[in-house]
Amino acid sequence: MNPLPPHLPDHPDRLWRSAEPKRSYDVVIVGGGGHGLATAYYLAKNHGITDVAVLERGWLAGGNMARNTTIIRSNYLWDESAGIYEHALKLWEGLEEDLGYPLLFSQRGVLNLAHSLQDVRESVRRVNANRLNGVDAEWLTPEQVKEVCPIVEISPDVRYPVLGATFQPRAGIAKHDYVAWGFARAAADLGVDMIEHCEVTGLDVRDGRVTGVRTTRGPIAAKKVALAAAGHSSVVAGFAGVALPLQSHPLQALVSELLEPVHPTVVMSNAVHVYVSQAHKGELVMGAGIDAANSYRQRGAFHIIERQMAAALELFPVFARAHVLRTWGGVVDVTPDASPVVGLTPVEDLYVNCGWGTGGFKATPGVGWCYAHTVATGEPHPLNAPFSLDRFTTGRLVDEHGAAAVAH
Amino acid sequence: MSTQPYRREGVTGRVLRFRFDGRDLEGLAGDTLASALLAGGVRAVATSVRLGRPRGVYAAGCEEPNAVVQIEEPFPEPMLTATTVELYDGLVATGLAGRGRLADRPDPARYDAVHAHCDVLVVGAGPAGIAAARVAARAGARVILADERPEPGGSLLGTTETVDGGPGRAWAAAEVDALAALPETRVLRRTTVIGHYDDNYIVAVERRTNHLGAAAPPGVARERVWRIRAKRVVLATGGHERFVAFAGNDLPGVMLAGAARTYVNQYGVLPGRRAVVFTTNDTAYAAALDLADAGIEIAAVADVRREPGRMWAARCAERGIEVLTGHVVTAAKGEGEVTGAEIAPRTGGRAREVAADLLLVSGGWTPVVHLFSQAGGTLRYDEGLGAFTPGETRQAAEAAGFAAGVTTLRACLADGAEAGRRALAALGFGAPGVTVPVVEEEPAAAPAEHLWLVESGDYGTHFVDLQRDVTVAEVLRATGAGLTSVEHVKRYTTAGTAHDQGKTSGQLTGGVVAHALGVDVAALGTTTFRAPYTPVSFAALAGRDRGPLHDPVRTTPMHEWHVARGALFENVGQWKRPWYYPGLGEDPGEDMEDAVLRECAAVREGAGAMDASTLGKIDVVGPDAGVFLDRLYTNMMSTLKVGSIRYGVMCRPDGMVFDDGTAIRLADDHYLVTTTTGNAAAVLDWMEEWLQTEWPDLRVRCTSVTEQWATVALAGPRSREVLAALAPGLAVGKDDFPFMTWRDAEVAGIDARVCRISFSGELAYEINVSSWHGLALWEAVMASGEVTPYGTETMHVLRAEKGYPIVGQDTDGTVTPQDLGMEWIVSKKKADFVGRRSYARADTSRPDRRHLVGLLPEDPGVLLPEGAHLVSVSAAASVPSSVASAALPAVPPVLPVPALGFVTSSYRSAALGRTFALALVSGGRGRVGERLYAPVGDDLVPVTVTSHVLYDPEGARRDG
Repeated sequence: MNPLPPHLPDHPDRLWRSAEPKRSYDVVIVGGGGHGLATAYYLAKNHGITDVAVLERGWLAGGNMARNTTIIRSNYLWDESAGIYEHALKLWEGLEEDLGYPLLFSQRGVLNLAHSLQDVRESVRRVNANRLNGVDAEWLTPEQVKEVCPIVEISPDVRYPVLGATFQPRAGIAKHDYVAWGFARAAADLGVDMIEHCEVTGLDVRDGRVTGVRTTRGPIAAKKVALAAAGHSSVVAGFAGVALPLQSHPLQALVSELLEPVHPTVVMSNAVHVYVSQAHKGELVMGAGIDAANSYRQRGAFHIIERQMAAALELFPVFARAHVLRTWGGVVDVTPDASPVVGLTPVEDLYVNCGWGTGGFKATPGVGWCYAHTVATGEPHPLNAPFSLDRFTTGRLVDEHGAAAVAH
Repeated sequence: MSTQPYRREGVTGRVLRFRFDGRDLEGLAGDTLASALLAGGVRAVATSVRLGRPRGVYAAGCEEPNAVVQIEEPFPEPMLTATTVELYDGLVATGLAGRGRLADRPDPARYDAVHAHCDVLVVGAGPAGIAAARVAARAGARVILADERPEPGGSLLGTTETVDGGPGRAWAAAEVDALAALPETRVLRRTTVIGHYDDNYIVAVERRTNHLGAAAPPGVARERVWRIRAKRVVLATGGHERFVAFAGNDLPGVMLAGAARTYVNQYGVLPGRRAVVFTTNDTAYAAALDLADAGIEIAAVADVRREPGRMWAARCAERGIEVLTGHVVTAAKGEGEVTGAEIAPRTGGRAREVAADLLLVSGGWTPVVHLFSQAGGTLRYDEGLGAFTPGETRQAAEAAGFAAGVTTLRACLADGAEAGRRALAALGFGAPGVTVPVVEEEPAAAPAEHLWLVESGDYGTHFVDLQRDVTVAEVLRATGAGLTSVEHVKRYTTAGTAHDQGKTSGQLTGGVVAHALGVDVAALGTTTFRAPYTPVSFAALAGRDRGPLHDPVRTTPMHEWHVARGALFENVGQWKRPWYYPGLGEDPGEDMEDAVLRECAAVREGAGAMDASTLGKIDVVGPDAGVFLDRLYTNMMSTLKVGSIRYGVMCRPDGMVFDDGTAIRLADDHYLVTTTTGNAAAVLDWMEEWLQTEWPDLRVRCTSVTEQWATVALAGPRSREVLAALAPGLAVGKDDFPFMTWRDAEVAGIDARVCRISFSGELAYEINVSSWHGLALWEAVMASGEVTPYGTETMHVLRAEKGYPIVGQDTDGTVTPQDLGMEWIVSKKKADFVGRRSYARADTSRPDRRHLVGLLPEDPGVLLPEGAHLVSVSAAASVPSSVASAALPAVPPVLPVPALGFVTSSYRSAALGRTFALALVSGGRGRVGERLYAPVGDDLVPVTVTSHVLYDPEGARRDG
């Protein structure tokens, strides 16, 4: 079992200084979440483009970046997904060093449980697909699941018994805020402006080409505009007449009080719908399904939480008297095929990155890397080329939600 | 020596014995664990999480930041505040170092939930809440009054204030007893409202037996979740006192002034012998005087203000209490606990140390706006209180009393009554003339001064969040790192994220951040208030939805028969379906493989029966039923003749198969549609979505009738004679009863609808009867002779031999009907149907799409695992860790290896005498005869691609 560190790491003395907007930039990134910050960092680092502003409506990285359950894995079914998530995971593996910032990145593995014969088929399929894609993956029997995570209930006498699980040992968790701050700090060091409390209220488009953004802090000219505003990307892209096929839903999560270590890995279950890890300080971090209603409100309905707790106790009876300390909600933006949109738009020099649904955090460095390439060169990186906006016209979908028993 | 040396003289009661940190101690009935520990002289109760500092009781309620304990007996429970644990005989607890321990044995307790509706929900049974509830209740409104404590009264419990001429505590008890006696009023004690959701949906948790310890009656739910829908909500949630950041403000013996007052008055406990009081406002004077009256020496009052309330100063003077105005406590002194306080003029100057074992602090009071904020209400900064108070609300809810920023008892009572009246008016009740209780005139309070921190030293022990061990030094570090938002500072320092969720520390942290940044506290704002208000056990929220009740178990009318015959079951959705029947053959020790081979052979050679009752069934009725089904299925349903049956496939708008089944035309305006077992609800939802949102003009009604029918699938060459014997009145001849038609008939004396359809390729019937008669029909079929019961596994094998796909197994949401080799089912004639447009897209006509094909492992004994992938001969060499094969060139593995497809179904076939599989393979129909490899473990299994129809491709067996 992984011992938890007695103390959390120290932070360097300076993170970033909130900048005042200049009149123009080479690149304006709309959205100061993890993706926007990572994109800014890689634009500067990989492409030498440092005249960049990251515009954030609220406080930096206060949206989904501050609200997710921090799970990192790359064991996706389809080749296209495995490609970009595995690229992200490889970057995660060197990210603390690259950013010079502690991220509490912990490769403690993830178990995706199977509870029905169909779950088993889909899980085995995914393990095989992962291996051919160079993604570490194993199929575990219930007894092997118990060895990895002793507190999982594997009795055959429960409503939906655990029939096995896929295991990705390189998967894990990281501290979401630190990831955002690490990227922000490194990008700021390279000259990127972090502009907080600056909401984009319009896009200037001339002759089919974007020339700048309008904001609550005045107009800002831009040679290129890169949207990274999750579900609100629809609103911003709408300013330029670009329709994005997104639906936004609340997604809730919660933490328990601090507990002595009991849970050494990450467990996800789709059939008994819950996912759980134990963070470094000792709190259980849990999530479940999305709220069905569409909404931009960062709050959900309570019965989702109740259902989630029932699921948690089915899998982990030992949690019975743990306490829910805090619940919260984020907003996930979902496309028709549950895969993201990263690439060009019909408007020249306007780029879009959205639709990450429940998978955005784990992809952060991978997206930043590929999106920066797309923005810098005007051409998609090979890893995000499959995630073009026009796939909804051609039909070349990357259907992750219809596909397999892969939880978020 | 007394076991309760700090019990106030003359206080008696039933003695309770408990154990804390290995020490045997005693308390009195009515104590909390915290008050009993104080009575026993226990100062250090817990250890801080990060710095390992000793910590004592700091507060007297749920806001306690320090005294976090683990219950060991009667059952382990982590991270409770000693201030909210009611004492009981036999309690065993230990102090924690910020982290709790889960039990290593199952929780034997039960939990449940209840729904309630009311006109007015009043949260908090303090003065304002009682005042509101009594106005509403006496007008006849349905009222729920919920309070987190065992006893009503709120702030009155801890004071000596009088109401209507008597002790406030007694007034509250009498009023609430009177309310509880009203038929339409419900009083919920020990019930914490934890969440305020949209449309006044309120979640509360009632602790029903926790306070009884081992004496808790079995069978009574330990905790109960109340799901309350209220027309109006009055939030009379009171306030929490906050402290001031100064050096050593965490030492055991430092305590909130109001808490000390509560210990003296409510619990009869002396939290110390000699106290120094440090305050920024008038309220601590009442505490000082009550403590003095109880015999605690008040060594000094340090008041940061120049001008304390005159009356308070006078009363202190009467008692000879020294009041040092314009002074602050610069440090709490002591090793491990308070032995004194360093007091200095605020403006600087010589400090002096005053000996004391108790240091009371009051940095002002913060209204409890958690629920108001959760409900979407805005907050505004109140300069007088130095805290945020309720602003605008978008729900039918309002705050009352101190929660609304009202400060005196008299005003709180009046405000509560007014809130009650407003609620009544909004609901259309006449407001009765209810008198407001009489309280003594209170002196006008002198304005408080908002001091957040006392500047001194390196701020290393100036705590702002005691439980998270966050000091002013950490806050300064965060602001120094460039963070300017309270949310960032919270996350950087973790202040406000602990068990107490910042109840005492939130406003203080905000004040210190504002101080550090030189900005206005009001502009800085607060962090977001989130449910639950206090921690709630997982088990309470899970309630009864555990074990067999976690998800409904659906069984067919024949279920008990299957159980009695030893069937093993497969979960399909919520249904239990017989999977196979081991031991029904000659070999009682039969395994799955043998049982399935036996069942398959029986169907192919004789007759078998399967319980098919779980298939979804939807009645589609109305003049436009045919048009409607034409739009949902890819093929034509409107032309189906009454008396006939047609197989159909439904697709999503992207053209991918969503479900399949049959449509039976019962009348011109009446179809019965069947769905897969797992998709029944989804298909009905799908139908309703289209009807309600896109085609509301269609005159169609859809009704689920899945559970109204029981279905027996009778299959095999002998099925006709079995049916003929059971239904002598039914003409069963091939031409009398053709394939894909249905007949009403009496089968085994039961009214039945018999359909001639087949999912095995054999001559077969599905006999449908009212579910009441399902078991009788099944038993009659079984009694008819040589009919072998078979389960889902055999059904899967038989259909796979025929190449019939199972939606969800051989499809995955990315497969078109054409991919399945069912081009014929996609109508070319119909103007439109869901999915049609997508077949014109470039991607749906790619030649390399994955097609459903058959696979034959070259070794007929090798069974491919379902989910195995398929690679080309050339790619196979790149598969890592593959064993060296003579057939393959040895090259280093190159990743990723392109996969051509994967195995969706794989079985041993009795009819084929070998193994076979179905697979989705890129360009599969063009690869028939090609060899591919399936990497399995460290092996590469060679397979040959074949047609997906492996058995009776001519369909000769269908008619028997």
